Amino acid sequence: MAQEMVRVFIMGKAYEVPKGLTIMKAMEYAGYQFIRGCGCRGGFCGACGTVYRMPGDYRIKVGLACQTIVEDGMYLTQIPVFPANKATYNIEEMRPTLGDLLKMYPELSRCLGCNTCTKVCPQELDVMNYMAAAMRGDIARTADMSFDCLMCGLCAARCPAETVQYNIAILARRLYARHIAPRAQHLATRVQEILDGKFDQALDEMTRLDRAELERLYNERDIEPE
Amino acid sequence: MAYTPQMIESIRLVEASRERRYTEKHPRLSPAEKQDLLRRFHPDFRPDTMRPVKVGPSRGSMMPHELVDILEARSRLDPDTFPLDRIDYDVDVLVVGGGGAGSSASLMAHAAGANVLQVTKLRLGDANTMMAQGGIQAADKPNDSPMIHYLDVIGGGGFVNKPDLVRALVHDAPLVIKWLEDLGCMFDKEPDGTMITQHGGGTSRKRMHAARDYSGAEIMRTLRDEVRNRQIPVIEFSPAVELLSDGEGRCTGAVLMNLETKDFFVVRAKTVILATGGFGRLHVAGFPTTNHYGATADGLVMAYRIGANLIFLDATQFHPTGAAYPEQIVGLLITEKVRGLGAQLVNVHGEQFVFPLETRDAVSSAILRECHERDAGVVTETGQHGVWLDSPMIEHIHGEGTIQRALPAMFRQYKRFGIDMRKEPILVYPTLHYQNGGVEISHDTSTCIENLFVAGETSGGVHGRNRLMGNSLLDVVVFGRRAGAAAAERARSVKPGRLTLEHVRRYHKELDEAGIGKDRVSPMILPSYARHEARPGANSVVL
Repeated sequence: MAQEMVRVFIMGKAYEVPKGLTIMKAMEYAGYQFIRGCGCRGGFCGACGTVYRMPGDYRIKVGLACQTIVEDGMYLTQIPVFPANKATYNIEEMRPTLGDLLKMYPELSRCLGCNTCTKVCPQELDVMNYMAAAMRGDIARTADMSFDCLMCGLCAARCPAETVQYNIAILARRLYARHIAPRAQHLATRVQEILDGKFDQALDEMTRLDRAELERLYNERDIEPE
Repeated sequence: MAYTPQMIESIRLVEASRERRYTEKHPRLSPAEKQDLLRRFHPDFRPDTMRPVKVGPSRGSMMPHELVDILEARSRLDPDTFPLDRIDYDVDVLVVGGGGAGSSASLMAHAAGANVLQVTKLRLGDANTMMAQGGIQAADKPNDSPMIHYLDVIGGGGFVNKPDLVRALVHDAPLVIKWLEDLGCMFDKEPDGTMITQHGGGTSRKRMHAARDYSGAEIMRTLRDEVRNRQIPVIEFSPAVELLSDGEGRCTGAVLMNLETKDFFVVRAKTVILATGGFGRLHVAGFPTTNHYGATADGLVMAYRIGANLIFLDATQFHPTGAAYPEQIVGLLITEKVRGLGAQLVNVHGEQFVFPLETRDAVSSAILRECHERDAGVVTETGQHGVWLDSPMIEHIHGEGTIQRALPAMFRQYKRFGIDMRKEPILVYPTLHYQNGGVEISHDTSTCIENLFVAGETSGGVHGRNRLMGNSLLDVVVFGRRAGAAAAERARSVKPGRLTLEHVRRYHKELDEAGIGKDRVSPMILPSYARHEARPGANSVVL
């Protein structure tokens, strides 16, 4: 079948690749065997952050290589890893406050509000505004707004204030879940029952049941309605 | 418009029959019909997809050709000449794998005071764990119990699961959710803190915990963050390529390969935990896969060479609805929820051919029959087969706005490729989802090889022949934690052993005696999708 081709420049070198491929598959078509810059291949892991430009346009564009389709004239390179600052902390001992966030990431206050991070986010997150929430100490809002973050690193790569938005965001999410969201009482109760050995005997008995008995119990089990 | 003219022609037929299908109930399969369908079309039952492995401890067991090919293969290391006298890393516990199981293991072994080294083929967190959307099961509600969970697991697995493993899985499940909650994992909760839980395929209680549609990602990134907080040494882009033994049946370490420099490194360890994931990227029976780039069964190969048993590897889970178009997302999972909401499976002529909520194996088989026997599927311009999943029916039944409300991530994904799934059906084909079997383990993840532990998808037995949704995220954390604790405990009483490749020498001899050539080398490490070395059957570009 005749295939419509486009020309892309991979790290400066030109290749003819079929129209409609993702950047990832186009690079493989061009003969690249990925070691870096390729992960889940489904838009979940953030391994394949890519920076590109189109001819005649000064603007830098970004996308995930596994989710972005090649265009004629695309001039691209991958940013598979970014040297980002990551604080180390004991989540249990921290408090969900602006003070504790700043202790870990003092550069948070350097944010210029330029909105570059929001413009480059391949997940279309409102990065600048979750950072603004963090600067107000609104940990819950930062956690909620940053939830779909893949930690691909593109925001940090473009940040003129050199903040690492995604590392601040995961700290906010962990602080929220650990210290702000109410604990699940039913879970604590069940855990205590398990630690007390409440189910041990019944479980031991189940492991000794023969197949016929298991099948009978399985087929007779009641099912919680939708 | 993203669909080709030929596809649009078929879509017109799907649209034309929609009003009629709205009230049409496709009959369910009778047990006999289902058996016949499975036998004729499910890859597990097709004799041409498998062969018995000729060497090793599970000699004679049926396994997919693609797996046997890499088991009946030579080591990357020559046991007669590879130097083992220089030890690059000397640790208590070596954890091989950077996913949910490996990271849980590292955290637990480190907490127990062991000197831990974690190594991984790609980045820390690059694993199927990251991709799991649906959720994680645990019997923590008052109307539920570990015993009810036990029944669901073993019934779903065909009553052949290993009982001690199922017991461990359901017993630890609430402990694991609590552990993750304590680590700051953002589960979906009611305002009072109650976990929001749903049903999954084969559950008798609503025990599926989730973190929006990013359940696995949320668990993985929390574990990863914690591994980094504890400053556990991690070496990325350095897969293990062979285990080491003391020549007397004990595991004593591993050899790593730096993927970028191709240099080898020797690790001496008192105990080793293999948590390298499953075999999705082997593209068993030529299927596309939902799996991560690194899912190439490296752990199975290494464990088998040192003498561990492999079980249930003739049982592969295919998900009936993987994306078949556009090319960019072929193999990607389309959640069961779409059919749950009323979308029907429809052939090229716009006709239903299977009741949409039959079990996964039966629906997969029916799609394969439609495409390959009845020739009533759709074929895309890249040669990919598929049938329609009539998503517009969802809004026909439940009203406008339902898709954006119930399936926001999927709606966005298709929108990105110019397909409006509210108005146009989507094309699907079965996709390889999960390795049900693996290395045989005990409830503490120990194997028949002393000082070798295995956790997660690399292991087998807990799910029998068929895993339920929500039990693999659970599996990786439960058995990852158990592996970390057990390996650290064992390491306390183990003296560092001699480092040899004696088991590889013996294995090579067995290969020679079985008349197996020397052309294949394993583990595979990464699939080859680069065009100059395209692999038949892989979901690479087909022109």
